[in-house]
Amino acid sequence: MNSYSIFGTALHRLAILCYVVFALFPLFWLLKVSVTPNDLLYSEGVRMWPSRMSFEHFRFVLVHSAFPVFFRNSMIVAGATAVIVTLLASLSGYALSRFTFRGKYWLVALMLLTQMFPLVMLVAPIFKMLSPLGLTNSLTGLVVVYTAFNIPFATFLMQSFFDGIPKELEEAAKIDGATQFMAFRQIILPLTLPGIAATLGFVFTAAWSELLFALMLISGNSAATFPVGLLTFVSKFSVDFGQMMAAGVLALIPACLFFLFIQRYLVQGLTAGAVKG
Amino acid sequence: MASIDIRNVRKNFGIVSVLHGVDLSIKNGEFVVLVGPSGCGKSTLLRMIAGLEEVTEGEIRIDGKRVNERAPKDRDIAMVFQSYALYPHMNVAENMSYGLRIRKAAREKITAAVSNAARKLELQPLLARRPKALSGGQRQRVAMGRAIVRQPKAFLFDEPLSNLDARLREQMRAEIKKLHRDLGATSIYVTHDQIEAMTLADRIVAMHEGVVQQVGSPLELYDRPANLFVAGFIGSPAMNFLSARYEVSGETAGARLPDGTLIALSSAYQLEEGAAVTLGIRPEHVEMSPASEGSLRATVDLIEPTGFGIILHLGLHGLPFNVFTLDRAALTAGPTVTVAFPPQHLHLFDETGKRALESSLQKGKG
Ligand SMILES: Nc1ncnc2c1ncn2[C@@H]1O[C@H](COP(=O)(O)OP(=O)(O)OP(=O)(O)O)[C@@H](O)[C@H]1O
Ligand SMILES: [Mg+2]
Repeated sequence: MNSYSIFGTALHRLAILCYVVFALFPLFWLLKVSVTPNDLLYSEGVRMWPSRMSFEHFRFVLVHSAFPVFFRNSMIVAGATAVIVTLLASLSGYALSRFTFRGKYWLVALMLLTQMFPLVMLVAPIFKMLSPLGLTNSLTGLVVVYTAFNIPFATFLMQSFFDGIPKELEEAAKIDGATQFMAFRQIILPLTLPGIAATLGFVFTAAWSELLFALMLISGNSAATFPVGLLTFVSKFSVDFGQMMAAGVLALIPACLFFLFIQRYLVQGLTAGAVKG
Repeated sequence: MASIDIRNVRKNFGIVSVLHGVDLSIKNGEFVVLVGPSGCGKSTLLRMIAGLEEVTEGEIRIDGKRVNERAPKDRDIAMVFQSYALYPHMNVAENMSYGLRIRKAAREKITAAVSNAARKLELQPLLARRPKALSGGQRQRVAMGRAIVRQPKAFLFDEPLSNLDARLREQMRAEIKKLHRDLGATSIYVTHDQIEAMTLADRIVAMHEGVVQQVGSPLELYDRPANLFVAGFIGSPAMNFLSARYEVSGETAGARLPDGTLIALSSAYQLEEGAAVTLGIRPEHVEMSPASEGSLRATVDLIEPTGFGIILHLGLHGLPFNVFTLDRAALTAGPTVTVAFPPQHLHLFDETGKRALESSLQKGKG
C-alpha cells in the first residue's frame, strides 16, 4: 500500500465515521435522557452523560404505564403487515418482472399514482370506510390500511430484485422439468432472499413507526400502538421526557433484533456465478 | 434420442416477423449446426424447439409428435445456454442433479448419473463447489453436465463456447464432438464460429433474416454455396466477388469483367448470353502467377502474416480483394501482383444472387 492509498483510506474511514456519529447521535441522546434521573434533567446543563444514572424511568414505563400493551399491539401490527405485504409484493413483483399481460402499463401507473397523495387527505375517507366495517379501533383495521399503503412500493422493490435475476435461470429450470411455480419457488425465491429481507425490514419499520393512521383510527389504550402510546407521556402541563425516552429505547429493541435477524440475508452477491459477467 | 421436424414455422414478436417459414428435418442422432449473422433468428428457433417461445405458425414435432402446445418440461430436451445459467445457490452436484431430482428419480440412479457425467467431464473434484467458485471453462462443463445427466431426447446449444477464450474453446469443441460420438444424441447447435460449424456439424443450416438459405454438409456449403449470402458467410477470410457478364462462344464459356478481361469458366451455365453475373472465388483458391491470359494486376494494400499463412489485401480495379497463400514469398510482394483464377474454383451467381446452374457446352453455337 502506498502513502496515497493510506491517506485515501483514512479519509474514507473518517467520512464514514462522521456520518455514523451524525446518524447515531440522536439515539445516544435518547439513551442518555432515558437514564437521567428527573432531578438532574434540567439542573445539570448540557452534559454528555449524567453524573448519576438511574433506571427508574424504565421501571415506571414497564410496570406502571400501559406501555407493554402498546408494545404488544405494535408487534402484532408491524409483524403482520410486514409478512402479508412481503408475501403479496413478492408475487406481484415477480409478475411485473417476468410476465407481459394486458393492462400491465395501467396497473403500474395506478400503483404509482397511489404513492402521490398526501396521506392526510385520505384519513377521513378511510375512517368513513372502515367505521361501518367495525375496523376502527382494531388492530386488524390498522394491518389492512398499512398493507394497502405499503404494497405498491414493496412491489416495485421486489420487482427490482427479480429483475436482477437472469431470466435464463428460470428457463433452465423449466427445461430441466420444473413448472413455472416450481422454478419460482426453488430457483428464484432462494436468490431473492436479500430482497425479501429488505422488504420485510422496510415494511416492518414503516408500520412500527406509523403515527397518523394509528392516531386517527384508534381511540383508547387497548388497541393503541407504540407511537400513539408515546404521546401519553405528553400531558397538558408537561412532557415527561425521561419516561418517553425510556419507552423509545425499549421500542428500538424489536427493530434492532429484527434487523439483526435479517441482516445475513441482506448481504448481496448471492447470485454471483449464475451467469458469466 | 429423437428426430425433430420443423414445418413451415413462423415467429412474430408483436408486429415484427422474425422467422418467415422455416422447414427443417433433423434425423435421430444428427448434429445440426445453425449459423447466420446476428439477429437472424437462430436463438429464437432454438427457443421455440425448447418451448421457451410460442410458435406463431407452423408445427414442431419431436419424434413425430406435435409439441407446439407442450411446456418445456414435457418435451424432454436439454439446453446449454451461452451464459451457462447455473443455479448459484446449488453446488455442482446439485446443479447437475436438479432435473432428475424434480422428476423424482431414485436416489441411486441420481448418484450414478451424476458421477458418470462428472467422470466424462472431469468434474469429480468440483462436485461440492458453488458456481461462483468455478472458472469459466469449469462452469461451461457443469452446464454440459447438467444437460447430459438426464439423457434427454435432444440437446440444444446456444453459442455455448462464445464466452471462453480461444484455447479453451478449441478444447471444449473437441470434447463436444467426442461427447456426441459417445452419446450419439440428436443435437442442434447455434454458433457464430465458422470453425465450430465446420468441425462439429453433420449438417449446417445457414440462416439469414429469418429464412433458411442452405442446408447441407459442411463441405457442400463450402464447395457449392447456394447463393451469394452463403458464399460470403461460410469461409474465412470471406470469398471475393466480382461483377461480370456471362459470355459463351462455341466450346468455351467465360465471364467478361468491366475492364474487358475474359475469365475462363470450366463449364457453361443456363444463362443468357450477356447476363449480369457475380463471379466468386475464395482467397485460398486465387493463384499468384506471372502475367498470362485472363490474369489481372492488383495493387498490394496490406500484408497480414497469420503464422500459418499470409493474407494479402489487394485492390483490384479499386475494389478490395483478398488472397490467402502459404507461400512465404508473398511477404515481400508488392507494389503490384498478378492474380489468376483457376476455372474449377470459380463460383457463378446469377442476377438474383442464386448459384447459376451449369449446363453442358453446346458445340457450334454462338
Ligand atoms: N422477445 C422479443 N421481442 C421482440 N423481438 C425479439 C425478441 N427476441 C428476439 N427478438 C428479435 O428477433 C430477432 C432474432 O433474434 P435472435 O435472438 O433469434 O437472433 P440470433 O440469430 O440468435 O442473434 P445472435 O447471433 O446475436 O444471438 C432479432 O431481430 C431480435 O431483435
Ligand atoms: Mg442468439
